[in-house]
Amino acid sequence: MVLTVSWTVFSGPTRYISLASAAFFGIGIYVTAVLGDGLPFLAVIAFGGFASFLLALLVGLSSLRLRGMYFTIFTFGLSEFIRHSVLWWEVNITGTVGRLVVSADNITVYYTMLTIVLLTLAMAYFTKKTKYGLALLAIGESEEAADHVGINVNAIKIVAFAMSTFFVGTAGATMATRWTYIDPSIAFDPLLSFMPVLMAIFGGIRRIHGQIIGATVLTLLADMLLTKFPYYYNLLYGIILIAVILFLPEGLAGLREKVTERRESALVK
Amino acid sequence: MRILEGKDLQKYFGGLAAAAGIDFHINQGEIVGLIGPNGAGKTTLFNLISGSIAPTSGIIMFKGENILGLKPHQICKRGLARTFQLVKLFGSMTVSQNILLAFLFGRSGGIHKSDAERESSNLLEFVGLSGMGGVIAKEMTIANQKRLEVARALATKPELLLLDELMAGLNPTEVAEATELILKIRKKGVTIFMIEHVMKAIMGVSDRIIALHYGKKISEGTPEEITADKTVREIYLGI
Repeated sequence: MVLTVSWTVFSGPTRYISLASAAFFGIGIYVTAVLGDGLPFLAVIAFGGFASFLLALLVGLSSLRLRGMYFTIFTFGLSEFIRHSVLWWEVNITGTVGRLVVSADNITVYYTMLTIVLLTLAMAYFTKKTKYGLALLAIGESEEAADHVGINVNAIKIVAFAMSTFFVGTAGATMATRWTYIDPSIAFDPLLSFMPVLMAIFGGIRRIHGQIIGATVLTLLADMLLTKFPYYYNLLYGIILIAVILFLPEGLAGLREKVTERRESALVK
Repeated sequence: MRILEGKDLQKYFGGLAAAAGIDFHINQGEIVGLIGPNGAGKTTLFNLISGSIAPTSGIIMFKGENILGLKPHQICKRGLARTFQLVKLFGSMTVSQNILLAFLFGRSGGIHKSDAERESSNLLEFVGLSGMGGVIAKEMTIANQKRLEVARALATKPELLLLDELMAGLNPTEVAEATELILKIRKKGVTIFMIEHVMKAIMGVSDRIIALHYGKKISEGTPEEITADKTVREIYLGI
């Protein structure tokens, strides 16, 4: 959910589809793996966030001039590049593939995660409310026009992108303590980049509660299908996704409005 | 006083000269028209002034400061706004959101949101869109979209406004309304530099007209002088 809401803060309004969530999440995980021994839990998590923030600043500076498809491919490539670099480093320099992570007890992890979720939601909400949220929307509509009404397009894009990845990093840093063992293919799993996009579209990009619904429903759905229909799991999952995207372009959150609209038009008749 | 001055502006796209050493100036409070056949470099000149593209060489002085090399948003904050030949609105947003953005990010910068909202409704009335604040921008007629673009440019509080073919695609009534709007804007103290193909309209409102051809200034003068000019008649007016 953190990944989905964070992703949408930037990619929703601006229409820059980023496929680098895994990179930011993975950075968070590795921060915990490397620093987890020496530092207190919260400091490690904050570090995870900052590492991800800094990485996003760099990515933003180098890539946000690219538009549309090019940006998407670049972020995906970057994510994969980091995964392979870390793998190479671990194999050739450290001499191992995975790492053991100091684990924290479940209750601490739960409350930390809850706090991160709430903070992410707060960030998403306030970004939407302020003039910068409006500016991000404007950038999605027409970058050139936005520039000409005095919006510093590049600065806003980069800061929003970096901010939105901060929480992804902290989430990674927290989750690492639950998994106890990590390696590059777990930490930088490409699926982590695709899931937020899917969940956001599934729930509804334009509304925050849509992303919450999307993330929750899809996670529960995946678990349910996996236990009930272990053989047809992927098939059913795919069919449901396609159906929602085809028939509900506004996502699940758009469903309620559609129903009320229909009721109103029925009344008029 | 000269509010805008360009010296020896050059812009080449490959080997093609869109601006081949243009010198021009705009005085404060004037309405200046820019005419010329298609591909003469009119819009390129506007893009150079507003910072959309960088010139190959030259100088552009705005209020005594060289604005060459500045980004569009920096130029906008110095008091120069523009509209586009093909309307570039924030299409899926409402009319008032379009204007609000310009208030919040233009020259009035730190303005409070409620003040901006009040000023937006005044501005909507000024351009003739009162009561349409809640409409989605791209669902309006082209004439209203153009009004909104003018309103959005005005909301940045410019001293100089560049209008790129405001009248294109409008019917005669709408052209008359647009002309009236231009005169109203000038009355507010905003200097206007406009590209236009509707001859009747531009001859009627302009104090001075500049004619371009192949990136060169071929003539400059009052509307009467321009219509009498032999080169302009041959190249552009075709009479």
